[in-house]
Amino acid sequence: MQIFKNTNYDFLRWRWQAIGLSWVIIIAGLVTLAVKGIPKGVEFAGGTVVIEQFKQAVTVQQVRSALDKFYPGGGQDTQVQEYGNPAQHQMLIRVPQVGGESGRSLSEKADAVESALRQAQLGEFTRGGTQIVGPSVGRELTSKGIWATVLSLIGILIYLAFRFQFSFGVGAVVATIHDLLITLAFLAFFRYDMTLNVIAAILTMTGYSTNDTIVIFDRIRENLRSMRRDDLRTVINASVNQTLNRTVITSGTALLTALALFFFGGEVLHGFAFTMVVGIITGTYSSVFIAAAIVSFWRGSGPARAASHAPAAAATASTPQQPTRRSKPQRKARAS
Amino acid sequence: MNNIRWKLVTIVVVFVAFAAVGVYPIVATRYGINSPKWLIDKELKQGLDLKGGVHLELRVKTDDALRLESDLEAERLRAELTKRSVTVASIATTDPTHFRVEGVPPPQDAVFRQAANEVQANFDRTPGGGGSYVFAMKPNVQVQLRDEAVVQARETIERRVNELGVTEPSIAQQGQGGDEILVQLPGVTDIDRAKQIMGSSGLLELKIVEQGPSSTKEALAPNGQPPQGMEIVPGVSSGGAEASSTVYYLVRKAAAVTGKDLRSARPTVDENNQPAVSFTLNSEGGRRFGNVTGENIGKYLAIILDGHVQSAPQIQARITTDGRITGSFTPEEVQNLSIILRSGALPASLDYLAEQLIGPSLGADSIRSGLVASGVGLLLVVVFMLIYYRLSGVNAIVALIFNLVILLGLMAYIGSVMTLPGIAGFVLTMGIGVDSNVLIFERIKEELEAQRGVRASINAGFSRVLWTLIDTHIAALISCAFLFQFGTGPIRGFATTLFFGLISNLFTSVFVSKTLFELELATRRQVATTLSI
Repeated sequence: MQIFKNTNYDFLRWRWQAIGLSWVIIIAGLVTLAVKGIPKGVEFAGGTVVIEQFKQAVTVQQVRSALDKFYPGGGQDTQVQEYGNPAQHQMLIRVPQVGGESGRSLSEKADAVESALRQAQLGEFTRGGTQIVGPSVGRELTSKGIWATVLSLIGILIYLAFRFQFSFGVGAVVATIHDLLITLAFLAFFRYDMTLNVIAAILTMTGYSTNDTIVIFDRIRENLRSMRRDDLRTVINASVNQTLNRTVITSGTALLTALALFFFGGEVLHGFAFTMVVGIITGTYSSVFIAAAIVSFWRGSGPARAASHAPAAAATASTPQQPTRRSKPQRKARAS
Repeated sequence: MNNIRWKLVTIVVVFVAFAAVGVYPIVATRYGINSPKWLIDKELKQGLDLKGGVHLELRVKTDDALRLESDLEAERLRAELTKRSVTVASIATTDPTHFRVEGVPPPQDAVFRQAANEVQANFDRTPGGGGSYVFAMKPNVQVQLRDEAVVQARETIERRVNELGVTEPSIAQQGQGGDEILVQLPGVTDIDRAKQIMGSSGLLELKIVEQGPSSTKEALAPNGQPPQGMEIVPGVSSGGAEASSTVYYLVRKAAAVTGKDLRSARPTVDENNQPAVSFTLNSEGGRRFGNVTGENIGKYLAIILDGHVQSAPQIQARITTDGRITGSFTPEEVQNLSIILRSGALPASLDYLAEQLIGPSLGADSIRSGLVASGVGLLLVVVFMLIYYRLSGVNAIVALIFNLVILLGLMAYIGSVMTLPGIAGFVLTMGIGVDSNVLIFERIKEELEAQRGVRASINAGFSRVLWTLIDTHIAALISCAFLFQFGTGPIRGFATTLFFGLISNLFTSVFVSKTLFELELATRRQVATTLSI
């Protein structure tokens, strides 16, 4: 069984459209972030989150009006949402502040929320969980998250530059940065909170999204040896086409599991799974349309020979060819 | 054929070993099968987010420890100066690392400097003009004291947590300054009690009362400053239960004994049947305490806890090793106080940076949804692989199951903890793990199409893809390493899962899967001409 059989798409022909589309999404995402800000989870923003389990069903509206009435200073800053399995009547209440950072009063706001709910007589409830984060934690975490992402990108660049050539490393890293920005844009469109789990998903994605790229690059490197007479553009297109099946299937299986997490993994993993789903899709897209295009920009559309100095490629030089823009008829390239 | 036999033996041995460590203890515990304890102990632990419990992030205010050192040094200098009868206008600690001496009389300057040289090993002295000197703590001493304070605080917290009887707590230093302590208490639901026991300084001092109690500070220090060698400590008046107001005691600065001299502390009741804590001093502390109380019969003894006088009974006789702390305590407070005193004082106070409570039902929800998602994910992948690769799909699924068993076994063996993101890591390992098989199978298909024959195609498929796989796995491992570096708790669990998942995947997708193909070819009677792929 085969999804794509002997395809012969000219992927590089669509590079400008692809890059244009990506820019539109990225800019729209950045604008959204600039206008609305990054919604931060409590780990980053600091604050208090309380999850209460009620004996009877209560509505968000009831909890909200209880807070408006009885929470000190009114409930306008608080967020209320249903949490988890509806049968368990759980409510998540988030307050942007914590008690004073010193001493034992960090849980002051959580206690205030509970006493407001008790005063409103919403029925019995128990504390299912709390998360209280002081303001200093978030700052440190943000810088750590950014550093981890940047360093892992640099690590991948160095490894790929060492294994392939610098231009390939650049292609893979640009594609990964692209995936990162697209994912951020989608997180912004769907207003997902930036949480630790989301950062973890983003970092995982940086590792994973290079996978498809590496597969394609490997094939390009192999074809550069066997298709010495073709120009880079032809080699790249042939390589992307030859690997199209595996690119789609590998992403497909990963996507299946990410979707399983998204639909069944529960509340805590929602943002994580969403990030993975978007990351896997955009990772595949960028491997096919962006990564190879970057390599071709970086090297120009020069002769294929010039690009082949892979570690194992010890082929003797054939007659050097002049750079050509003309796309040659693609021969069915099969790695020797 | 022999070759295949050895490969198969290797695979079976690896499988059995990892299944024994990773899978068997879980099954055995679940169904109550009798098993050796060392094996059950290897059972994969559940993280806080699954088991429920308390997670606290604390920062040790190491400045406290530095200020204490500066104070001590200033007092030592004062004593030295008194000995040499040099009188200065004032000696005062200005900030945690500096103290300042003012008004050294010019004729005695040389004597002063001599005295200062005796004591100032940890400080640098700078003359400030007009007979004043600034003493600054040496930077290396600062670093050392800060480190010591954090380590001591961690050890104290460890002792307190152990006294609480929490199973498998985790207490670790972290943070960029190295001054943060992360405390995880699985199964604990009373976060307030945990915090109270963790965060109380637990500094016990017994000091002789010179004057008081008095309702104002001014009555004890008419000219604004307490007399030399004395200090004013607040306490609660023990008059009426309703009208409890703050009162002040003038006490000797030097403590007769401190918490360091304690041998034990336990809950008890006083003569009015009120909860109290009785304590026993060690022999050295007992001797000193005996001397001080013997010399001061008829005076009052302030029992000071964390800078507050709890009670100030009259000394009726010489006391050596046993004493009692009374006050208006509840039975629970007495219980907690005993724990705190037994485990020793914190060298510095603590700031709470973050706290998290995961109730047991939230944890159970997480486990349930994590398992459902894993099941669905696995099922989807299995169905897809069977439809798309038919018989070779079975090969991939066997490799996948191997992968999961090895992963479980590895994690159980190194004692890592399963968290909810860790479960997500499992699910993703399945989805990403079959990628390797897909790459190999697609390559084999390609080779078959080129009419290379089944055996040659399989060999070519595996050998051509090997380096691609190594490249993709290393790239993923790089980001995994940084993920581990970045995260704490659950995220680390995730990074660990992913890390070992990648490594075991390389083994299963290349070695196990290839052996299975070879096995299939070897069992066929004729030379294989077709492959179900």
